[in-house]
Amino acid sequence: MTDHASEPDEKPESRRDFLYLTTGLFAGAGAALALWPFIHSMNPSADVLALSTTEVDISPVEVGQSITVIWQKKPVFIRRRTPEEIQIAEAEPLDDLPDPQTDTDRVIKPEWLVVVGVCTHLGCIPLGQKSTEPRGEWNGWFCPCHGSHYDTSGRIRKGPAPDNLLVPEYKFVDDTTLLIG
Amino acid sequence: MSAHTQPSGTGSGLVKWIDSRLPVFTYLQKEYGEFPAPRNFNYWWNFGAILSFMLVLMIFTGIFLAMQYTPHVDFAFDSVERIMRDVNYGWLLRYMHANGASFFFIAVYIHIFRGLYYGSYKNPRELLWIFGVVILVLMMATAFMGYVLPWGQLSLWGATVITSLFSAIPLVGDSIVTWLWGGFAVDNSTLNRFFSLHFLLPFVIVGVVALHVIALHVTGSNNPLGIDPKGPQDTIPFHPYYTAKDSFGLAIWITLFAAVVFFAPNFFGEPENYVRANPLVTPAEIVPEWYFLPFFAILRAVNFDVLFIDAKLGGVIAMFGSILVLFVVPWLDRSKVRSARFRPVYKWFFWILVLDCLLLGFVGGHPPDEKVFEGIEGLKFINLGHLGTAWYFFHFLVLLPLLGMFEKTRPLPTSIAEPVLGGGQSAAGAAAKPMEKA
Amino acid sequence: MDIGKKLSHVVAIAAVAGLTLVAGTGSVIASGEAKHPEAQDWSFAGPFGKFDVASIQRGLQNYIENCSACHSMNQLAYRNLSSLGFNEDEVKEIASQYEVTDGPDDNGDMFDRPARPSDKFVLPFPNEQAARASNNGAFPPDLSLLAKANPGGPDYIFALLTGFVEEPPEDVELAEGMNYNPFFGGGQIAMAPPLFEDGIEYSDGTPATIEQQARDVANFLQWAAEPEMEDRKRIGWKVVLFLLVLSALLYAAKRQTWARLH
Repeated sequence: MTDHASEPDEKPESRRDFLYLTTGLFAGAGAALALWPFIHSMNPSADVLALSTTEVDISPVEVGQSITVIWQKKPVFIRRRTPEEIQIAEAEPLDDLPDPQTDTDRVIKPEWLVVVGVCTHLGCIPLGQKSTEPRGEWNGWFCPCHGSHYDTSGRIRKGPAPDNLLVPEYKFVDDTTLLIG
Repeated sequence: MSAHTQPSGTGSGLVKWIDSRLPVFTYLQKEYGEFPAPRNFNYWWNFGAILSFMLVLMIFTGIFLAMQYTPHVDFAFDSVERIMRDVNYGWLLRYMHANGASFFFIAVYIHIFRGLYYGSYKNPRELLWIFGVVILVLMMATAFMGYVLPWGQLSLWGATVITSLFSAIPLVGDSIVTWLWGGFAVDNSTLNRFFSLHFLLPFVIVGVVALHVIALHVTGSNNPLGIDPKGPQDTIPFHPYYTAKDSFGLAIWITLFAAVVFFAPNFFGEPENYVRANPLVTPAEIVPEWYFLPFFAILRAVNFDVLFIDAKLGGVIAMFGSILVLFVVPWLDRSKVRSARFRPVYKWFFWILVLDCLLLGFVGGHPPDEKVFEGIEGLKFINLGHLGTAWYFFHFLVLLPLLGMFEKTRPLPTSIAEPVLGGGQSAAGAAAKPMEKA
Repeated sequence: MDIGKKLSHVVAIAAVAGLTLVAGTGSVIASGEAKHPEAQDWSFAGPFGKFDVASIQRGLQNYIENCSACHSMNQLAYRNLSSLGFNEDEVKEIASQYEVTDGPDDNGDMFDRPARPSDKFVLPFPNEQAARASNNGAFPPDLSLLAKANPGGPDYIFALLTGFVEEPPEDVELAEGMNYNPFFGGGQIAMAPPLFEDGIEYSDGTPATIEQQARDVANFLQWAAEPEMEDRKRIGWKVVLFLLVLSALLYAAKRQTWARLH
């Protein structure tokens, strides 16, 4: 060990470089790995993730009514659609849609439409949950920020928004209880 | 990393372009590349690099902790526990920050004692030393306010006791304390302003560290022999020699740090601070963090009135005096020889001072009236506190000036490159001008 | 000269070690005149320590049946129990035994609902005053961090739970409603002995001696105080071994660099 350094190396340059390279790579890898705890600490924490499901009692909602519930700190629109609304939504030809998707792909039970109430343009909350609010040209929702119109299936029809309103993961626990998330 | 991996053509082109407009690369090359450093640094000279690392680590962990912390008396304790339990790697961030404070102080105390041993504060490095003491004071303030943030029992009561020190000031003391608190007790306003200042002060420290380093690069480093480099044969370029040596020392230091963070994270902490702050219940004993214990011992050692100064004010004066005296060390120590290696008497008193500070730390951790040894009546911790405090001031205010006058120093070597010419053999003339500039 | 140099190095190292020692003694200050708890063997002790999950589960059962009527654990959530080997349904089952107040509902009224895994452990009392009113003026402390908040840690918990003495020493005058326990500061504690021989029927069939119960409760509280411990030690080994290799590499690189000087 002790006299290793003073030993004349046969290929001094390459041996030297190899040691420096290894050490540098090792230190660099360690520094990069050490960054992960810092970065990951900014991801959702365990208490936030634990709140990622919301249970909703939908028994009081009448046909034609909408309710807004909070899921992951965002509004979720639950609309109990009228037969006419369902029929219009299902009959819509896909060619007319900027983001083509059938209505049946967007619901579990046609009577209940569940969408995240966040405009896919820049994150505003569209109007139309109350009957007094403007619902846009397709009688669904209307985003006042930049004028996006959504239909009764929550699909984008007109305006700058690129995508349909997002359908969250949900299931019917029983006939009157909805579990979102 | 990326700067190294870039093709050298574009890299150096960009480097040149920037450098001709803002000469950062020239500066780095001059101050950290070819900067001539004495060739004989020992491992005690690693602590400058270690301290730089600790400062960056504390700021980095602190910023990420601040993203999760809530500075409100009703939520602070729970928000810290949320960091420990729910935030991804939150426990790691907090344990690094809390133990980082302890390791920061261990390193800074070693750094200071290294300066004292090798006379690094002497002409022409007085200002360098003063900036260092300013950093120490700022560190203490930052650490004190940081300890309040978790809002445990010792956070609250430590803050109460330390801020109450200012009430010892005649006439305006009580008003100052109320002003510090922003209320009539340590409460939400106090917590909020401490959080704000705890976030701010580290960046002030960064500024003073910059001054410290600039001053260092004007005078050049001291070295274990305490003599100035006489020429190129006495120095080596900082890079790669000291970057390599500092990196190794730093890695050892981080290993020790990691061992504590992962396997004994509460070793330096007080259990009582895991109890939520309760303004109606004082803990059985209010103990500051270990790095304040020597100062705490000095504060409590003055338990008697001196003329018109009552014990309370006397203790406060002694405590602040114990730090302030460091500012004037360059003028108290009149010896022409820097390094204790050539000061046979000072060397002994240096180690006695180290032991004295350890003794004061030991005393600070015990109630004044507790017996030091079971079975020996009459020897209480307050007695040791008196002794330790008296010696501390005696060392700086009496011994240092006297040693400068009467100590017979050993002959200095002629140069750093050839330090040992066989001890007594060295020519008397060589030691004639110990502090001349190279 | 050389010996003197070596000597001063030794002293210097001793000084650094001493600094650390001082730090240590600062934290071992006994509270009051309490008797020092005897050190126990714990599965979680040491750098390789692991939690004894079966014991922690028994401790949880003991906490739920015996302690939770008076002592809160406000840092724990039911979801945390999943790290003790309970599956999602079992955690839901445990949580749903408790009622929490939620709301307001659409009419502005608060309502009670069964607790969910995301809820914190339900508190036995709404506030400190209510706790005192129900406990003869004494406040049963929160247990979430007890294992970290006492210098004796789990040893203290074990000693306290097994240390009740029916007949106090003659020189001790017990106050009304107090019990004698030499491990508690001052010797007088408002809590009556909480554990009894076979006072609980463990679901895993472990004989419930007082010592067994005390050990289980201490294990449970230690887990509650630092649930991250196993992760911490596991990662710690990787980090420390990595740093040792890195230090060795840096040492070799430093030697090689400095060899150029000769």
